[in-house]
Amino acid sequence: MKFTKPILATMALGLSAGSVSADGHMASDMTLVSWGGAYQQSQINAYADPYVANNSGVTVTWDESSAEAVAKLRAMNEAGSITWDVVDVVAADALRLCDEGLAMEIDADEMLAAAPDGTSASDDFGDLLVGDCFIPQIVYSTTFGYRTDMVPDGVEPPSNICDVFDLETYPGMRALEKRPINNVEWALLCDGVAKEDVYDVLATEEGQEQALAKLGTIRDSVLWWSAGADTPQLLADGEIFMGSTYNGRLFAAIEEQGQPIGMMWDAQVFDLDGWIIPEGLSDERLARALDFVHFATDTQRLADQAKYISYGPARLSSAPLVGKHATLGIDMAPHMPTDPDNAANTFLYNYEFWADYRDDIDAKFQAWLAQ
Amino acid sequence: MLAADGTPLKESLGRALRRQKIRALALVAPLLLFVLLTFVIPIVSMLVRSVENQIVSDTLPGTVAALSSWDRQEGATPSEDVFQNLFFDMFNAAEAKEHTKLGTRLNYENTGLASLFRTSGRSMDDIGEVFQDAIEDADARFEDGAFWHEMMSGEGGDALVADRRARWENLTGEPMSGDIGYVPSQDIIVLLPETAAAYTDFAIWTAIEDNDVVAEEDPWEAVYAALAVDLRDPSRAAAIAEYSGAGADALQALTATEMPTLTFTDAFAEMDEDWLTPGVWQTVDVYSSNYTSGYFLNSVDRELTVDGVEARPENERLYIKLFGRTLWMSLIITSSCILLGYPVAWLLANLPVRTANVLMILVLLPFWTSLLVRTSAWKVLLQQQGVINELLVWLGFVDDANRLILMNNSTGTIIAMTHILLPFMILPLYSVMKTVPPTYLRAAKSLGATNWTAFWRVYFPQSVPGIGAGSILVFILAIGYYITPEIVGGTDGVFISNRIAYHISRSLNWGLAAALGTILLVLVLALYWVYDQIVGIDNVKLGG
Repeated sequence: MKFTKPILATMALGLSAGSVSADGHMASDMTLVSWGGAYQQSQINAYADPYVANNSGVTVTWDESSAEAVAKLRAMNEAGSITWDVVDVVAADALRLCDEGLAMEIDADEMLAAAPDGTSASDDFGDLLVGDCFIPQIVYSTTFGYRTDMVPDGVEPPSNICDVFDLETYPGMRALEKRPINNVEWALLCDGVAKEDVYDVLATEEGQEQALAKLGTIRDSVLWWSAGADTPQLLADGEIFMGSTYNGRLFAAIEEQGQPIGMMWDAQVFDLDGWIIPEGLSDERLARALDFVHFATDTQRLADQAKYISYGPARLSSAPLVGKHATLGIDMAPHMPTDPDNAANTFLYNYEFWADYRDDIDAKFQAWLAQ
Repeated sequence: MLAADGTPLKESLGRALRRQKIRALALVAPLLLFVLLTFVIPIVSMLVRSVENQIVSDTLPGTVAALSSWDRQEGATPSEDVFQNLFFDMFNAAEAKEHTKLGTRLNYENTGLASLFRTSGRSMDDIGEVFQDAIEDADARFEDGAFWHEMMSGEGGDALVADRRARWENLTGEPMSGDIGYVPSQDIIVLLPETAAAYTDFAIWTAIEDNDVVAEEDPWEAVYAALAVDLRDPSRAAAIAEYSGAGADALQALTATEMPTLTFTDAFAEMDEDWLTPGVWQTVDVYSSNYTSGYFLNSVDRELTVDGVEARPENERLYIKLFGRTLWMSLIITSSCILLGYPVAWLLANLPVRTANVLMILVLLPFWTSLLVRTSAWKVLLQQQGVINELLVWLGFVDDANRLILMNNSTGTIIAMTHILLPFMILPLYSVMKTVPPTYLRAAKSLGATNWTAFWRVYFPQSVPGIGAGSILVFILAIGYYITPEIVGGTDGVFISNRIAYHISRSLNWGLAAALGTILLVLVLALYWVYDQIVGIDNVKLGG
C-alpha cells in the first residue's frame, strides 16, 4: 500500500475540488451518495428538498454510487481526496467502512436529533445503531413476490418460505440473489434447522454443505439475480413464478404498476440502510454533513420518507407518523415490512456473522454455482 | 569540415538534430504522460498489490518479531512474550483504528479473524486498566499526566523517539513528523525500557495526531501496563532503589506494593478463547512476511498453509475453472465472429459504394448504442417469454411447454457477445479486403479455377491478415468482458472478470483481484506470443 499511495495521490491531483465556505463555518455544497431510482427520489423529496428550502444557497449533488461505495471510498482514501460528504449504505457496508477506518464514528446522542417527546436519539434508534459509524434511516426487507396468475388451480397461494423449495406444489422458476446471504438461511430453515440455530449450523462446514444441498434441490429452477430490479422485471415478464427482492421494489410493481404479483412476507430478512460520513472531511464540509444528517434523520423526516416508498422508518418515534402514499393516497402502514401482520416470522440480517463468513461462504457458494 | 558559422559541421548537424528530437518529444509528451498515468502506472500498481502484504508486520511489528522463534508446525500456543507484544501492538493499532483492517485482511485466509480483531481491539483498554488501577492505588501521583511527563523526560532519548515514530508511520502510512514536546531520558530508557517505549508511543500520537500537549494529557492504559511489565523483572527493584531521577520515590513505592499477576495470555484468552487456537497464530505467522505469494496461490485454487502450498478443498475450487471457461468461450466467440463477419466484410468490400455505405452504417450503428442497452435488448429477445421464443412457439417449431433456454447460461453470453464484438471483426476484415484487387479473382477464373478454388487459393490467403487482426481484437476484448456475462450469463456463462469485479467492489479483496488480473494479463501476453510464433505478427493488418 505504501508504494501505491503516492501514485494514486498524484493521479488524484486536480480531481479534488475544494468546496467553498458559505457562512464561514459550513461548506455551501454537498455531495450525497445514494442508490438512484425510486429510493433516491424518496430521499430527495423527504430530506434534500426541505433541507435546501431551509438553507438557501446550499447546492446538493447526488451520486448514484452506493452499490460500490465501499470500494470507491477506499480508493478515494488511498488517493487522499474524499469527494463525498454523506453516503447512503446498507448496515453491513457501514460496518466494513468503520472497520477500514473509512467512516467517521458517530455519537448518536450528540450528533442526532432527539425524538419530539425528548427520548434520546440512541434510545429512539435502539438496536438499529449497528456498529460505531452507522446512522440508521430505514428498515427494508428481502422477501418474496409471486405471480398470482401462475398459482396452480386448487392450490393455496404460497405463504410459507418452504413453498419456495416445494417444486411439486408450486412448479415454476424462482429468482434468488446470486450470493449466499439470505438464501442459505432460508435453505437451512426449510431443511429442519430451528431458527435460533441457523447461524450456529452455518458456522460449520457440514452446515454450509447442508444449506447448499438444500438449494441444490431447486437449483435447476432458479435464476440468479444480481440487481434488485431483476426480480420485479422477471415477475412482470412471467419468466418466473416467485422470486426474492427488496420489499419496496415489490410494492412499486404491485401498487404503482398494477402487476399481478402477491407478497409473501414469511421469513423476510430485515436489513438496515442509513448514512455514514466519510472520515477525513474538512471542518467546513464536516459541519455541513453533520447539519444535514441531523436534519434528515429526525423523527418527522424519517416518517416523511415513508410517503414515497414502503420502507419502515428506523426511529420508533416515526412509526405513528407514517401516513398515506404521496401520490397513490393509500395507507402505507400495511405495506411496511415492520407491520405486525407482515412481521409474524422475520429474520434480522446477522451483521457479525456475515462480516466473518461472507468471503468464505461466498467462495463455496460460487464454486457450487460453477459446478 | 566547418559549417558556415565556423563550428565543425558534425557538431552543428548534431545540434540541429537534437533540437528536432526535443521538438518531436515535446509533441508526443502529452500522450506519453497520459499513457504513463492512465496505463503503465495502474498496471504496475496492480502488480505490486498482488504480492504486497506489509500490513501484518506493520500492524503487529513486535508480535511478528516475537513469533519468529515460535515453531509454527508444532502448533502450540505461543509464549507469554508473544501475547505481551500483541497487547502493545494491538493497543496502538486500536488507537489508530488499524486493527480492524488487519482483521479484514487475515479473514480472507482464516474465517473468523475479522470479528476476533474487531472485538479484541475494543478490550485493550480494559486490560490496561487492571494495571492502571493498581498503580494509581499504590501512588496517586501516577494519576497526573504532568508527573508522568516529568518522570519520563530527560536527555539522550532521541533515538527511541525516531524508532517509535517510524513504527507509527508504518502503522498508519502517514508521516508523523513534527515536534512532540518530549524527549525521553536515557536513564529511564535503561531503567524502564517498556514504559519508555509505551510512553513515547503515547507522546507521539498525542502531540501529532491529537494536537494536544503531552505534559497535560494522562497517559494511555498501555503505559501503565508497560510499567507493570517492567516492574515484574526482579532485577529492576535494585536499580529502582538506587535511582535518583524525577519520580524516583514514586517508583520505589511501587516496587514495595503488590502488582496484578494477570498474564497477557490469560487476558487475551478471557477476551476470546480463539486467541489460544494455534490456527490463528499459524495464519498470522504464515502471512507475516512483507510480500506474499498467497494471493496468486488463491487465484489458482491453492493455498498457503503451515505445511507449504496445498490444493484447496474440492468445494472451494473455482478460479482455474473460470480461467478455462473464459478462454474457451472467448475462442468460441472469436470463431463465431469470423464466421458471421467474413461474409459481411466481403459484401461491404465488393458492393457498389452507395450500398456499401448503407451497410456500413448498419455495422457501425451498434457502436453508437450503449453496451447496457444492447445487452438488455438481448435479454428481451432471448428470455423464455421473449421475442424469439414467442415467435418459434407461434410458428409451431417449439412446444409452449418446452421453450428454449437461450439466456442465463453460456449460450446467452455467446450470442450477446458475438453480436457486441462483431464490428471489431468486420472493420479490420473490410479494410484488408478493400485492398485485395478484384482482378486477381478474375485472373484466377480466366485461368480455369472454379469459384471455390479462386476464393480459397487466391482471395482467402490475402484476407488472412484481416482475420488475424480481427481475431486478436475480439479475443482480447472478450477475455476481459464482464457486464454482458453478468447480465445474460447466469451461472455457467460468467467469466473470470466477473469475479475480479466482485473482489474489487464487493469483497474488497483487492490483492486477490490484482492477482487474478495479473494472471489474465499474462495469459493474454502468452497467447499473443503463441500467435506470433504460429501466424506471425507481421501478418496482421488493420488496414491497407
